[in-house]
Amino acid sequence: MAVFVNGVIFEGVDTATPDCWRLEAYMARGGYQALKKILDNKIPQEDVIAEVKNSGLRGRGGAGFPTGLKWSFMPRSFPGDKYVVCNTDEGEPGTFKDRDIIIYNPHALIEGMIIAGYAMGCKAGYNYIHGEIFEAYELFEEALDEARKAGLLGQNILGTDFSFDLFAHHGYGAYICGEETALLESLEGKKGQPRFKPPFPASFGLYGKPTTINNTESFASVPFIIRDGGQKFLEAGKPNNGGTKLFSISGHVNRPGNYEIPLGTPFATLLEMAGGMKDGKKLKAVIPGGSSAPVLPGDVMMELTMDYDSISKAGSMLGSGAVIVMNEDVCMVKALERLAYFYHEESCGQCTPCREGTGWLYKVIHRIANGEGRDGDLELLESVGNNMAGRTICALADAAVFPVRSFTKHFRNEFEHLIKHKKALVDHKWC
Amino acid sequence: MLSAQSLAKIDYELAKYPADQFRSAIMGALRIALVERRETGNTPEERCLNADVIEFVANYVGIPPVAAYEVATFYNMYDMKPVGKYKLTVCTNLPCALQGGVNAAHYIGEKLGIGIGETTADGKFTLLEGECMGACGDAPVLLVNNHKMCSFMTREAIDKKLAELE
Amino acid sequence: MLEIEIDGKKLTVNQGITIMDAAHTAGTHIPHFCYHKKLSIAANCRMCLVEVEKAPKPLPACATPVTDGMKVHTASPLAKKAQAGVMEFLLINHPLDCPICDQGGECQLQDLAVGYGNSSSRYQEEKRAVVGKDMGPLVSAEEMSRCIHCTRCVRFTEEIGGYQEIGMANRSEFSEILPFLGKTVNSEISGNVIDLCPVGALTSKPFRYATRAWELSRRKSVSPHDGLGSNLIVQVKQNQVMRVLPLENEDINECWIADRDRFSYEGLNSAERLQKPMIKFDGKWHETDWQTALDYVVKGLNGVANDHGKDAIGFLASPHSTTEELYLAQKLARSFGVNNIDAALRRSDKRVVAAQQGALWLGSSIVELLAAKSVLMVGSTQRTEQPLLASRLRQSVKKGMALNVIHTSDDDLLTRVNAKLIVSPLALVNALAQVLKAAVEIKSASTTLDLSAANVGAEARAIADSLCAAESAAVVLGNVAQHHPAFAELLSLAQEIGRVTGARFGIAAEAANSVGADIAGVNPQRGPMGNAVTAGLAASEMLAAPRKAYVLLNSEIEADAYNSQQAVAAMKQAATVIALTAFKGEALLDYADVLLPIAPFSETAGSFVNMEGKLQPFNGVVRPLGETRPAWKVLRVLGNMLNLSGFDFNSAEDVRAELLAQGDIAAALNNQLSSVAANVAAGDALVRIGEVPMYQADAICRRAGSLQKTAAAAAPVIALNPQDIAKLGLEAGQPAIVSQGEAEVRLQLVADAAVAAGAVRVAAAHPATQALGGLFEPIQIKRG
Ligand SMILES: Cc1cc2nc3c(=O)[nH]c(=O)nc-3n(C[C@H](O)[C@H](O)[C@H](O)COP(=O)(O)O)c2cc1C
Ligand code: SF4
Ligand code: FES
Repeated sequence: MAVFVNGVIFEGVDTATPDCWRLEAYMARGGYQALKKILDNKIPQEDVIAEVKNSGLRGRGGAGFPTGLKWSFMPRSFPGDKYVVCNTDEGEPGTFKDRDIIIYNPHALIEGMIIAGYAMGCKAGYNYIHGEIFEAYELFEEALDEARKAGLLGQNILGTDFSFDLFAHHGYGAYICGEETALLESLEGKKGQPRFKPPFPASFGLYGKPTTINNTESFASVPFIIRDGGQKFLEAGKPNNGGTKLFSISGHVNRPGNYEIPLGTPFATLLEMAGGMKDGKKLKAVIPGGSSAPVLPGDVMMELTMDYDSISKAGSMLGSGAVIVMNEDVCMVKALERLAYFYHEESCGQCTPCREGTGWLYKVIHRIANGEGRDGDLELLESVGNNMAGRTICALADAAVFPVRSFTKHFRNEFEHLIKHKKALVDHKWC
Repeated sequence: MLSAQSLAKIDYELAKYPADQFRSAIMGALRIALVERRETGNTPEERCLNADVIEFVANYVGIPPVAAYEVATFYNMYDMKPVGKYKLTVCTNLPCALQGGVNAAHYIGEKLGIGIGETTADGKFTLLEGECMGACGDAPVLLVNNHKMCSFMTREAIDKKLAELE
Repeated sequence: MLEIEIDGKKLTVNQGITIMDAAHTAGTHIPHFCYHKKLSIAANCRMCLVEVEKAPKPLPACATPVTDGMKVHTASPLAKKAQAGVMEFLLINHPLDCPICDQGGECQLQDLAVGYGNSSSRYQEEKRAVVGKDMGPLVSAEEMSRCIHCTRCVRFTEEIGGYQEIGMANRSEFSEILPFLGKTVNSEISGNVIDLCPVGALTSKPFRYATRAWELSRRKSVSPHDGLGSNLIVQVKQNQVMRVLPLENEDINECWIADRDRFSYEGLNSAERLQKPMIKFDGKWHETDWQTALDYVVKGLNGVANDHGKDAIGFLASPHSTTEELYLAQKLARSFGVNNIDAALRRSDKRVVAAQQGALWLGSSIVELLAAKSVLMVGSTQRTEQPLLASRLRQSVKKGMALNVIHTSDDDLLTRVNAKLIVSPLALVNALAQVLKAAVEIKSASTTLDLSAANVGAEARAIADSLCAAESAAVVLGNVAQHHPAFAELLSLAQEIGRVTGARFGIAAEAANSVGADIAGVNPQRGPMGNAVTAGLAASEMLAAPRKAYVLLNSEIEADAYNSQQAVAAMKQAATVIALTAFKGEALLDYADVLLPIAPFSETAGSFVNMEGKLQPFNGVVRPLGETRPAWKVLRVLGNMLNLSGFDFNSAEDVRAELLAQGDIAAALNNQLSSVAANVAAGDALVRIGEVPMYQADAICRRAGSLQKTAAAAAPVIALNPQDIAKLGLEAGQPAIVSQGEAEVRLQLVADAAVAAGAVRVAAAHPATQALGGLFEPIQIKRG
């Protein structure tokens, strides 16, 4: 359940009312005004893109790439088909914000995608939705129907000569499809195996056509930017980190959930919003940007603000904005074992270093966690990780290595203790 | 092999994509086939995908069967192994584990008298561990038959849910 | 053009190529597994990581395009470390079973492990075990634990084979290479995955455990099957052919060969090989020595000549024979006074011979055909007639060729077809005439042919449009057209279409040496290089009006003739049938009187002239088996024994030299007919489509055990359009009886929407159907 604090996407959304997602409710909140503004005033495509650039919006899918800049890469004069694709394949452990956008405010996404289609000259778009949130997929299809019936999608939108259609496509249980080129493969009905880049999707995307892929939250921020102006969005955050952002807080806090707050808000404030530490326990560690981001010790975290630059300076990433909070009772070896298992299970299997390396990492960490660690295991983990990171088609291998590096760096004593004494330093149960 | 309703649903999926890109519909088509088998199958074997169904769906969509098989085995929600009437998938990834996900899985297992990855003798329940479902804030989360997500699955909530499914 | 540097070497390369390609031009080897120059880029093995200056991390050479000024280091410490890291990953789960692995000695993993790996493994966990798979009788996938997931095999079936039959299922380290559950790999060019597999996961099933790679010697040869003329490496051990691999020839077979080329060698070692001369007397076969057998032959020929005249003798040579054998056969026949000699055994239209002005051929080089923007294939079951050419045409279609089809069945060509006309054999001429008529209209041209019976349909117009619009186009007649009783019409129409549209036209020569046979003078009306000779009878005439004596060169007439019923009857009534053959087949034993064991292509020097008119000489790769002798030697001796002059050759090269001295092959090729015939009205009767199954094409592949176990070699059926089945009141899935003449054959009836209406598709050249008559003649069908 999203909590709105001075937000953009959830502004005015009363998540407690069952119909808050419907077109009518969205219209009442000022929905589709941005689209009307563009169509009524025939705002040129360049100007729409410029406005998005001005907003300082950075991609909310993880990498934080400036959205306006990405849109400008699309060959606008390209004569054939072009596509916009939305990435709602949220599967990064700790991230659960896009599901709430779809459930409570799907039309913000739809409007954002229509505007994107307009700005980049696309005739069609697809929203790729994580298979596990199938109910959200069904709801989104209903929202699309509403929009279609209202003349907001399809031929001659709102009576203009602009046409654009949008469809939903679901995943069915593969984390890797969050990676944009794996997503495209999957959308084409294949296994979700990432493509080598270059060529990038902007020139060779869906069905080999120019394609722009953004995260759900990125698209859903666009109506606000167009309606109220990029400047206003920028001011909601801080320079180079425009806007508010959804943070998904999970783990040992009293009120896990989504919080839409200005970028640059201190972590301490966010923790407080989430009700503080559960059972009053001590904060031990935080993964600030989804499971692929390096873990940071709690005390380091307490000094940081929640924005791309601050977190990155501290040696981690803001990523998708998934904040995983761990208290003093957590055995960091066991915590890492969970994550290592995840990457092993989810590697798409094509690149040798990732296919073989994720398995190797997991097996060694699993051994250590079970008191069967050996001398040299930590060096082995580091070396195997070095042979994986940066050697593969996509960043999953890196994502698998970051936790290993950061856990064994910041909490090395726990690993060494387990290897030496065959017993965990922190006696931990998963409850 | 599939009902007229299921075929109509596959046709709906096919219509989403450009005419020469029928392959895109395979994911939806396999899901639709699986749902029909789950709803009509009487035994765990009849509730999952098998070579015949995959070949049928592949031919219907117009792609080589082995390409459909690749898809069916790559994405782990397509049940390729016999499965109970209710497939219960509990997320046990780190964020969920921190909030009781592992515990919930074990509790369900104890109640049903099965381990993770097993099916009850009466073929009613299958218990699985899953990876991140994009709902960590609602942990513990439980997915019933792939599509129904149950949030905040405390012991009491689990008791209630299992009773409903009896 | 870009300036780059690889390992300090400066080069100028084209824009858009990859580091891997650039390294090739510089002669620098970059280790790799998944990369293959004929397949799409996968970049998954990561073995080819190299250091690129200013790049933050090592880059895969196979997938990284070069940029101007790029400086690449393929063996710097960074590159080597990256490569060693990948090698370590590849080896952690790879079994250490090199000593018993079939790939041992020719394994890329083994080779690279030595150069790029570390000596000991740091991986101490349990190795992964993957269960073996059944891919059918040709490709062994027993040892899938050895697979390194390079996906070359997957990409091959999809991209070159045209239909994905192999996939990689599951994900992460549980990924497995497999065919679809319960299915085998049935591509007609499937064996190439064996060559592609860099490790010992996919190996040759017939070759498994036969020997170790390093015990084999490699010899060059040329495929004796279809008219493409694929280049081969034949591997031998102790005077036996153990394995056949492709020899790369970009203009012909690239780096591939068809399964027929690869696995037919089993036929060479078959138990049916004839190893000694044999004579039949008192109704029984007796092994004998060469002298006795040859005396017998000479006596037989002289006897028939004296009693019945030379015209009572007929020579029927297989177009799978070498040019030298064919040249000597015609020389012997004609010197002896026999003019009845032919190699186009399955051709039924004798009018072509009279109108021919040169040897029929493709009409262009293979490369030119493949580069054409529009091609019309007429009467060709492409994938079984010319499996590899069909695959190359598919590649051309991907690059933009419009492929058009006029045929008697709508088989899946595994590629995009621009326009097609699927008609009964009796309407084939009419279909082609429609295209000509449309082309004449489009081009505002004229023709002397009477096309009033042709009503141009939409597809015919589309075909004509495609041919007229293309800057380069070709019309190619396949086996069905060449065997067809109206071949003369079809060729005439192709000629006219060529004249009107500017398209090249020709035939996809059926056999390895169909063109060579014509060049060598094995043609009833044309001598070597087309020189004038006294006209004799064509094969169909020699069999329709039976002779007293037949000389068969490499031919098994019960399978090689247009009308096997008639052919076998002709053999049986003859006073003597002399067979020069490598095999003692059952039928031969029945109708022949003397069998002379001659060498198959692998045991003799010789040459084949492929469909594009290219002469490809080869040497024997093993010694002749038993008392087998090369046919050119046998014919030389026979010539001398018959007191004919000019038979003093010392080698096959000598024979070839004498032929080539009589003219130029290129000049002897000509598809123009001197007079064009055309009765374009479509007939209406139930008619047979009698094609030769892929693995019944010639005597060698008929005896290749593993090929005979494939799906393509399954027993013939009667295939009928479902509408015809209903109309005739028959029942699919049940046996039915087809008859031609007095002979009836009972086979399973299959409904097949691909078969043209009015046609009954029953394969020929198979023991089960040899009792039947002509390939494209009327046929009766009834419940059975
Ligand atoms: C392994 C992996 C998983 C990813 N998962 C997601 C995801 O679940 N959702 C998402 O929006 N982006 C994900 N991404 C990032 C996408 O590739 C892509 O950068 C993003 O969708 C672009 O959108 P944005 O520019 O709006 O951030 C993932 C990337 C990698 C390498
Ligand atoms: S890094 Fe891993 S997940 Fe990414 S493409 Fe390679 S094998 Fe697949
Ligand atoms: S050869 Fe380049 S990654 Fe395999």
